[in-house]
Amino acid sequence: MAANTAQPASPRPASPRIEWGQFRVLFISILIVAALGLFWEGGKAFAEANNYTLTIAGTTIDISLFNDAQLPHLSDIARAFGEPAQRNGEPLYQMLISAGLFTLWAAVQGFVIGGVIGFILALIFAHSRLMQRGLLPYVVASQTVPILAIAPMIVIWMGRAGNVELAVPIIAAYLTFFPVTIYTLRGLTSVPQTALELMQTYAASHIQILIKLRLPNALPQIFTALKISATSSVVGAIIGELPSGIQNGLGIAILNFSRYYNQSPPRLFATIVAAGLIGMLFFAAVALVERLVIRWHVNESP
Amino acid sequence: MSTKARRKQATVTTIISLKNVSKTFRIKDGTNVHALDDINLDVKEGEFVSLIGPSGCGKSTLLRLIADLVQPTSGTVTVNGKSAAQARKTRDSGFVFQNATLYDWRTVLKNVELPLEIMNFPREERDRRAREMLELVELKGFENKYPWQLSGGMQQRVSIARALAFKPRILLMDEPFGALDEMTRERMNNELLSIWTEFHEMSVMFVTHSIAEAVYLSTKVVVLSPRPGRIAEVIDIHLPQPRGPETRDHDDYFHLTSQVRHALRGHMAQHGFDE
Repeated sequence: MAANTAQPASPRPASPRIEWGQFRVLFISILIVAALGLFWEGGKAFAEANNYTLTIAGTTIDISLFNDAQLPHLSDIARAFGEPAQRNGEPLYQMLISAGLFTLWAAVQGFVIGGVIGFILALIFAHSRLMQRGLLPYVVASQTVPILAIAPMIVIWMGRAGNVELAVPIIAAYLTFFPVTIYTLRGLTSVPQTALELMQTYAASHIQILIKLRLPNALPQIFTALKISATSSVVGAIIGELPSGIQNGLGIAILNFSRYYNQSPPRLFATIVAAGLIGMLFFAAVALVERLVIRWHVNESP
Repeated sequence: MSTKARRKQATVTTIISLKNVSKTFRIKDGTNVHALDDINLDVKEGEFVSLIGPSGCGKSTLLRLIADLVQPTSGTVTVNGKSAAQARKTRDSGFVFQNATLYDWRTVLKNVELPLEIMNFPREERDRRAREMLELVELKGFENKYPWQLSGGMQQRVSIARALAFKPRILLMDEPFGALDEMTRERMNNELLSIWTEFHEMSVMFVTHSIAEAVYLSTKVVVLSPRPGRIAEVIDIHLPQPRGPETRDHDDYFHLTSQVRHALRGHMAQHGFDE
């Protein structure tokens, strides 16, 4: 009998295609950045040529936000990285790197704390319908409270506990546990009926079903949550640094440079760029781990 | 001992027994669906029994009752001398679903190893048996592929290998080849027959829509009537063993096929069935 003659349904694309795909992604992202730059500088040039006013249908609008004092040239922002942040101090980029790494470290700690708590909550909710009904509304409610209102309290409490360094990771964790809980819960409970029945025919235990079916089934969704959490943990860390009075992070840099915005707008923009890069770096690291862990074919890509 | 003699000798012990089994499902809007009514059926060890009937006659439900995936509303299901629930705990039967139900994150080999992992077989034993089963379903060389890389027929073969890996006494198959094209289906039928020959005394219960398939494979065909499912007729298939392409040319093959068809049609006419 001739077996093995059937061809795989959809063979893995050959490697040159993958390289072309990656090249195309790179090309498109460069194009987008260039377009945004063009829009930025074009807007400034247009506003300057029209004396910072625009008349549409007889109404004149003030567009002075495009002037150099409000919206610096991209070249000025780029130059700001190399200039001293303070008089006779180190160049801004050096300061931003050390501040960025400081904040990133707090964000990573918060990400881990939030991830673990979020995961445990999801396990509890998946296991007990009662717990899910009783507790999930409060978990949702926790995210509607502005983090800015909670951050100072956490700082005060952690200060009393003599552990003020932990305040920033905890504030970051407050933002990161939620997506992990929601996505993991969905992944654990959205198991195909027959996949579950298969386990029943083996008389598998709850633990075996969890480890061999529910968790692997949830992994793609868990990684979706972790990617969201990675970026929001950076935001959480920056917000957490403000009431903590921590002097080494990006939070204080943003606070200072916005205070002196009128003297030198490019420095705040440069800091924003740095914060964005930190978030992207963290996101990319999680995405890389995802690619290493999930080697199978996932139909619904988030 | 020839296959024929072995089969004859094997038809002594009753492996599956259903006594006055009825099943009523209560669906969401509160109405009751009467799926099976007063089913009495004995399956002897080593038999290959096909369940055939129009859609919705409860033939899948019958199989799921034996697997203890659903429980009867009344009556008793005895599997290998135990209640269906006990038999599930002692893993007396392997189940093959209509869709292969492979786990996406496991390779072909690891999918076949799944039941052995659940049953705590040692690592080498798992590996050895899984490879042996894959060879049996002619998928040697595909051990490290992922399910999405296989065709539908190959996926179903993996799921059969998985069901056989722990050597259950009973194989329950719920329209396993229903989604396959005719050519692949015929090949799978032959493969299944040779597996059944290889597994001494394994009993098979096979749900199908296809009259030809039922007659070709089975030692006994159970024809079910439309809802509520009742046993309309039990037809013994006395075609010579082992079966092969020549079976379809046997005089009795045509006779038996039309007998099954008449049994089905009689009940469809009676109940005004629309298939």
